[in-house]
Amino acid sequence: MKILVCITHVPDTTSKIAFTDGDTQLNKAGLQFIIGPYDDYALARAVEIKEQTPETTVTALNVGTAETEQTIRKALAIGADDAIRIDAEPTDAFFVANQIAQIAKAENYDLILMGRESSDYNGGQVHGMVGEMLGIPSLSPVMKLDIEGNVAKLAREIEGGKEYLEATLPLVLGCQEPIAEWKIPNMRGIMSARTKPLKVVQPTDNSVMTTPGKYELPAARSGVKMIAADEAEKLIDLLRNEAKVI
Amino acid sequence: MSVLVFVEIADGEIRGSSLEAVAYGAEVAKIQGTTATAIVLGNEVSADQLAHIGNYGAAKVLNAADARLNHGVIQAYTDVIAQAFAQENSKTLVLAKSSLGDAVAARLAVRLQASLASNITELPQINGAFTVKRGVFTGKAFQTAELKSENKILAIKKGAISASPNDTLASVESFSPSFNEADFAVKITKTDKVTGELLLPEADRVVSGGRGLKGPENWGIILDLAHALTAATGCSKPVSDLDWRPHHEHVGQTGVKVSPTLYIAVGISGAIQHLAGVSSSKCIVVINKDADAPFFKAADYGIVGDAFEILPRLTKAVQNLK
Ligand SMILES: Cc1cc2nc3c(=O)[nH]c(=O)nc-3n(C[C@H](O)[C@H](O)[C@H](O)COP(=O)(O)OP(=O)(O)OC[C@H]3O[C@@H](n4cnc5c(N)ncnc54)[C@H](O)[C@@H]3O)c2cc1C
Repeated sequence: MKILVCITHVPDTTSKIAFTDGDTQLNKAGLQFIIGPYDDYALARAVEIKEQTPETTVTALNVGTAETEQTIRKALAIGADDAIRIDAEPTDAFFVANQIAQIAKAENYDLILMGRESSDYNGGQVHGMVGEMLGIPSLSPVMKLDIEGNVAKLAREIEGGKEYLEATLPLVLGCQEPIAEWKIPNMRGIMSARTKPLKVVQPTDNSVMTTPGKYELPAARSGVKMIAADEAEKLIDLLRNEAKVI
Repeated sequence: MSVLVFVEIADGEIRGSSLEAVAYGAEVAKIQGTTATAIVLGNEVSADQLAHIGNYGAAKVLNAADARLNHGVIQAYTDVIAQAFAQENSKTLVLAKSSLGDAVAARLAVRLQASLASNITELPQINGAFTVKRGVFTGKAFQTAELKSENKILAIKKGAISASPNDTLASVESFSPSFNEADFAVKITKTDKVTGELLLPEADRVVSGGRGLKGPENWGIILDLAHALTAATGCSKPVSDLDWRPHHEHVGQTGVKVSPTLYIAVGISGAIQHLAGVSSSKCIVVINKDADAPFFKAADYGIVGDAFEILPRLTKAVQNLK
């Protein structure tokens, strides 16, 4: 089986977000970058499937500039066999999906996995777009995935519960917990990642559908009003008569 | 050239978030000098319920009343909505962000060659350019973006508009799309869902519990307060990781991002990943026994104290209001 895992290169979840260049660019100074948390679940499940299913290959793919290579190497250390970097700024979801679809057309993957959404632009669009571009089913957010022959049995989270599904491969899936547990690379993985192949290719088509403008931060809260524990009931009065939310 | 709005059904009811989408679509239509048409899939809702979508601003409702569409089959939904978009000569599709809406919107963006923006938090600016404001960085920031294609898809976040119903009814028309085999290739074998509970992403009030509650057997005090307030229940990530609460209640950067008018956090420390998921709540209350818990810095009201002692008293105070 051939599995493609698409990963994003995003600020660590503890990052404080700030902007530069007249609020048009993310201020990357001091930020640590990681594999997107949801992508990390997808990768972990791909590596588990590889461990259980002989002759499975896992390829990691990222659309990004050279600075993302450290993140890609981490995916190789976790267990991907090889990697592809499409050398471009991931400007919008359509652009990224288009690059992935071009590669996938040539390679005939059985499974294309990625996170349900990236933790930077939070579009949650790329998996569906790739599915439509390839004319194959796309499902998201997938929280359970088992492969039996050429059939995938999976569960998708819906508001208030989950939905169980069956579909024939090939498929594109947007993943989330608890599809697998995050994997931490071990020493052997880190050593072997240095020599695993990482191919850099140029983007094939530069069309975009959206143009990003300015960023802004949420308005700061005006400060907390503390209520003494022995007067806790006063809170309910304040919620009704001051905040007017109940 | 109407604005098309995809309206979702859950448990035989029109989803509240979709009614917000209808109100949003009607406002966009007004700006563009046209009207809003809603498309409803499946045969679970009555003609009377459909007509009442007019209360939120839709002039017309199309209903593809095929029982196979009573489940959210992503590819079939894509196909049906694309056909309705063509029939209505629409240029703009509006829908509410949801697990189904997101999945369908992405496929439609390719099918309709449309610019898609998700997580939209307010009405668009239309003056030559068409720009929207959307939540990015898991709720830590917003971004404006220009939608460049002629066709546009707007996936809105809860609270993007305040919808107030009137008593206008919409005209209801049946819609008969054509299907192809691929539409139903994915089989839904079973659905496991709580019924009769408020859905977290749509709730106007949320009571959320963290590891400070010490175990699932203690959730009664959270449920009681939620019940008294007609609120949905949420939790922090470790709580759902430990299986104390179901996964769909997990709030935060890697879970559900909520925007209720009232968010009450009980025994949650306020890690940045949790805060990211609640930052667009209107009013935040924090109850924690540690006065230094970081959550207090992001709160509007705070009580330092033991949840087990305080929550039952709050529940009683809410009940006494009525
Ligand atoms: C990649 C990544 C993504 C993450 N995403 C999320 C996410 O989406 N959502 C999320 O929530 N977390 C997320 N986390 C985890 C996050 O970092 C915190 O670990 C988590 O939010 C802590 O949960 P908690 O506040 O319930 O528990 P704790 O941090 O253990 O806090 C418990 C709190 O309860 C208080 N307490 C104890 N007893 C009582 C009592 N009797 N009465 C009142 N208060 C009491 C304590 O003072 C303490 O403040 C993520 C972490 C990572 C690494």
